Amino acid sequence: MEPLNRVRSRTVVIASSNIDTDQIIPARFLTTTTKDGLGRQLFADWRYRADGSPNPDFALNRPEARGAKILVAGRNFGCGSSREHAPWALLDFGFRAIISTEIADIFRGNSLKNGLLPIVVDDATARWLLDNPGAEVDIDLNAARLTLPTGVSAAFPLEAFARHCLLNGIDELGYLRGRLNDIERYETARPW
Amino acid sequence: MRTTLFDKVWAAHEVVAETADTPAVLYVDLHLIHEVTSPQAFSLLRSLGLPVRRPDRTLATMDHSTPTSTDQVFGNVPIKVDAAAKQVRQLEQNAAEFGVELFGMRDARRGIVHVISPELGATQPGMTIVCGDSHTSTHGAFGALAFGIGTTEVGHVFATQSLLQRKPKTFAVNVEGQLRPGVTAKDLILAVIGKVGVSGGTGHVFEYRGSAIRALSMDERMTVCNMSIEAGARAGMIAPDDTTFAYLEGKPRAPKAAEWDAAVARWRTFATDPGAVFDASVDIDASTLEPMITYGTNPGMVLPIGASIPDKAGDEVFDKALRYMGFHGGDAMLGKPVDVVFIGSCTNGRLADLQAAARILEGRKVAPGVRLLIVPGSQEIKRAAEAQGLADIFKAAGADWRESGCSMCLGMNGDTVAAGQYSISTSNRNFEGRQGVGARTLLVSPFTAAASAVQGRITDPREML
Repeated sequence: MEPLNRVRSRTVVIASSNIDTDQIIPARFLTTTTKDGLGRQLFADWRYRADGSPNPDFALNRPEARGAKILVAGRNFGCGSSREHAPWALLDFGFRAIISTEIADIFRGNSLKNGLLPIVVDDATARWLLDNPGAEVDIDLNAARLTLPTGVSAAFPLEAFARHCLLNGIDELGYLRGRLNDIERYETARPW
Repeated sequence: MRTTLFDKVWAAHEVVAETADTPAVLYVDLHLIHEVTSPQAFSLLRSLGLPVRRPDRTLATMDHSTPTSTDQVFGNVPIKVDAAAKQVRQLEQNAAEFGVELFGMRDARRGIVHVISPELGATQPGMTIVCGDSHTSTHGAFGALAFGIGTTEVGHVFATQSLLQRKPKTFAVNVEGQLRPGVTAKDLILAVIGKVGVSGGTGHVFEYRGSAIRALSMDERMTVCNMSIEAGARAGMIAPDDTTFAYLEGKPRAPKAAEWDAAVARWRTFATDPGAVFDASVDIDASTLEPMITYGTNPGMVLPIGASIPDKAGDEVFDKALRYMGFHGGDAMLGKPVDVVFIGSCTNGRLADLQAAARILEGRKVAPGVRLLIVPGSQEIKRAAEAQGLADIFKAAGADWRESGCSMCLGMNGDTVAAGQYSISTSNRNFEGRQGVGARTLLVSPFTAAASAVQGRITDPREML
């Protein structure tokens, strides 16, 4: 994984709350056996009309969405299925961070393992972001703060180990394999 | 210190305890895998030149993208969805290459991953169980700590039989009193989700407690734990008791003879100490519950079946959901038309669920114009349902009786609901497009599903019991 310490970008806003992973990437696209190219199917049922043409009203289809790296969404983003195809699709589209007031557990874990930042902010910051699509936001991972174009800055929680892995591009599997001696000891010592 | 069931199972699997800077290394007793969320994890192993470290703790089956029509499973008709056929072949190759036991397409033990592991007795109290599927919470019915993981973590478990985890918080779901006739475990869990909300459990592990939970059979407990994730909870657990042990005794992979007694003695220790404190709790009175039905696009948008949709005009999320569903605030749920009825899934595809459906369907016919699809959770359940005459009841009623699999729960295997159609479904998610693009899903119990299939409209099953 590439080290990541800063994301600066315009935002795209999808204001709905409870956006589930079936919306992020519908199940019919999960028959893939690789991680590649899922960006085309990101939000497929909201993004395309029945005839396959882009729905011009959907945020990702607007010209200003091009090149945006930050998605701002309503509360409880990423609920539902454990499919890691959801962060893969968001990353493949070009997103590097998701901002919401609440992010579902499994999606959050999957995102961190792929270098997609799940950022939980307070209600006031979220309200401002939802009301100002396209705002230029600066996310500083080292300080665990984001700064709005108004100059207002807000801290966000980031678990110490996740932050360490992201900043240094550390793959969690490498760390876990470093504990194999402990794992073997545990297996041997266990009485059942 | 007084600890909870969850704390005890967690502590028994902590290889390395968590610190402020590092998560715990948590040992995994049983790793269940399927064709959809494993291919990229096997690719990771291959790229690193690593084996599956404990194939003896790994079980594979195919369920999500597999067809349910007998001619595609057992006949000479190829799997119609090309990409699904590729996924099935890939799992066969991966399992063979890495020495993982696989219940393949024509195996008599195949079925939905969360149905077959309990059926085999592989799911046991006090275990940690993970799978690349959010409904892994099902296994918590046995007092196991069981949760869904992503594909990267599937790779971690392959390589180390462990996961890096932060310890979740605990949440007591206290359900006292007796369910009334016609009100089921599905109605109970839908009521819990309605009360807690779809993200109320985020960061927590539920423990379902109280007299109403103790009175449930294992099939019913699995229905309850299955939907923990729909309230945002990481897992849902029920302390093992005599009901649990009676279910497991004699199952193919349950301990035998002297080992059985030792196992039961150990399993009995997995219980919350009196006076242990939970981080959060909710109380539900089972005796007041009604059959429940969802009306919106998440499982928290749920009502007693006799109620009317609330009027919250102006609430953007609510309006969007009702527009999708083609409903209006103030509408009564009873009497709304039905196009498709699906009975099955890891929520309600077990034998008790099929028996419930048969109780309503016996001697009755599916309403004209309604399609009823009944999909057993496993091949073993299929055989049992056929031996008990349930399949004959279903076929006589006009239902389509299939081979096991996830089927119409998520519509990635050829079983789908058409755009705009109303599907009364015993599955777990009513998300937009879950059962097919534009499909409108209403979640209910097997009783309500069967009753609605017969009447061709949403029906309170208590009229027909």
